[in-house]
Amino acid sequence: MYKKRFDGRKFEEIRPTEAKAGIIKRADGSAMFTIGKTTALAAVYGPRELHPKFKQDPSKGILRCNYNMMAFSGSGDRVKPGTSRRSREISLVTEGALNPVLDLTEFPGTVVDVFIEIIQSDAGTRCAGICAAAMALADAGFPMKDLVSAVSVGRVDDKLLVDLNKEEEDHHEGAGVADIAVAMMPRLGKLTLLQMDGFVSREDLAKVLEMAKDACKKIYDVQKNALMEKYK
Amino acid sequence: MSELLIKDKDIVVPGQELALGMDFLPNSGTFRDNDKIISSQLGLASINGRVIRIIPLNGKYAPKRGDTVIGYIKDMNFSNWFVDIGYAYDAVLSSKEISSDYIERGADLSQFYDLGDVIVAKITNVSKLKMTDLSMRGPGLRKLTDGRIVKISTVKVPRLIGKEGSMITMIKDLTSTRITAGQNGLVWVNGDDIRKERIAIEAINMINDKSHESNLTEKVKEFLETRLKENV
Repeated sequence: MYKKRFDGRKFEEIRPTEAKAGIIKRADGSAMFTIGKTTALAAVYGPRELHPKFKQDPSKGILRCNYNMMAFSGSGDRVKPGTSRRSREISLVTEGALNPVLDLTEFPGTVVDVFIEIIQSDAGTRCAGICAAAMALADAGFPMKDLVSAVSVGRVDDKLLVDLNKEEEDHHEGAGVADIAVAMMPRLGKLTLLQMDGFVSREDLAKVLEMAKDACKKIYDVQKNALMEKYK
Repeated sequence: MSELLIKDKDIVVPGQELALGMDFLPNSGTFRDNDKIISSQLGLASINGRVIRIIPLNGKYAPKRGDTVIGYIKDMNFSNWFVDIGYAYDAVLSSKEISSDYIERGADLSQFYDLGDVIVAKITNVSKLKMTDLSMRGPGLRKLTDGRIVKISTVKVPRLIGKEGSMITMIKDLTSTRITAGQNGLVWVNGDDIRKERIAIEAINMINDKSHESNLTEKVKEFLETRLKENV
C-alpha cells in the first residue's frame, strides 16, 4: 500500500513549477522549465539550411530536436556524455510531440533545430524538455496551433498519481510502478505523446489520463504566464 | 452572441482564444476554429473594428516579393551573385539585373560586386520554395561602402520605420544621419558625425528592445534629445 507520497504531496498534485522565456540571448528562441528538481533548457535555432539534401521537405520546414542529459545532472552516477539510444529516442518522440502544433509551411526546405538540455534530473525529464521546447518555439515566433504541455503520470503500487519523482519511479514494492509520459495540446485536449514504462489496467489508464489533463492545464498556465512575463 | 476575450494591445500566446462568435474576423497571426478565433503566434493583439490580428514580437525573415533588403555577397559564378539576406538559402542576383549597361560575356563580375560587399537590393521574385531573385535596378539600390550595419529583428522593422516613415525620419533628422532599413532586419546607418551616428544606433537598438511599448516615438524622441544635449 502506497499511502502517502515520499515528498508529502497530494496524489493529484504536481511539484512546484517555474518557467522563463528568452533566457539564451543569442538563440532565436529559448526557455527554461523547472518542475520540482527537474530543470530543462531549450534553445531554438533556425529556420536554416538543411543538409543532407535528401532530408529537405519542399512543402515545409522540418523540426529537428536534440535531447541531452548533462553529465552532472543525475543522482551522482555520471551520465555518459554524447548521444545514446535513450536520448535518440527521446529526441524523436519530442519531435512527434511538437510537430502537430507547429506550422513551418512558410519555410520550405529548411530545418528548425531545438536543443534540449537537462541540467537537473529528478524524473520526468522528457516532459520537462517538451514543455521548455514548446515555449522556446513560441518565443522564437513560429506559428503554432497551440502550445504543448507535458507531464508524467502513473501508478505507484496501488495509487494513481501525477508527476512522479525519481524516488517514486524507482519504487519496487507491491505491484510496482507504471510511469506514463503524456504530452497534450491544452486547448484542444488532444494527446501528442503517450509512452509507458510498466503496466497499467485499462480502467486505470483512463483515470490517470484525466488526472494528466488537469495537471497539464496547471502547467499550461505556468508556460503561458512565463511567455507573457517576458514582455511585461 | 459574440464576445471579445482580450483587450487591444494584450500580449497573447499561441493557442489562446481571442474571441467567440462569428462577428469578428481573423487576420494575420490568428485563425478560426469553429466559432472561436485563436492566436497562432506570440505577440500583441491588435483589434481594428471587427478584425483581429497579431503583431509578432519575434520571428525570422522569410523573403517576400517587393521587399528591399540588405545583404552580403557570399559567392558568385560567371553570371550570378549569391547574396546572404538572412534567410536559410541565399538569394540570386543575376548580372542582367545590375544595370542597363552591356556586360560582356565572361567578364569578371568582381569588378561590380566582390565577395563580402554589402548591397541594398530589391526582391523581384520568390518561388514557392523560397528561391529568391534580386535586382539592383531601382531608386536607392546600391552597394554600401561606408557606415555601419545594425541587426534588429525583422518583425520590428515596421516599428523602426513608423507610420509613413515618421520614426525613421525623426531619427535621421535629429542625428543628421542617413539610414536605410532592410526588411530582413539589417539597418545601414551613416553619419558625418561619429557621435551622432552612435546615438542613432542606440535609438535603433532601443526600438528593437521596446517595440511592444506604447508611445514609442515620443520615448525615442526624448531619448535622442537628452543624448544629443550631453556634453562630451
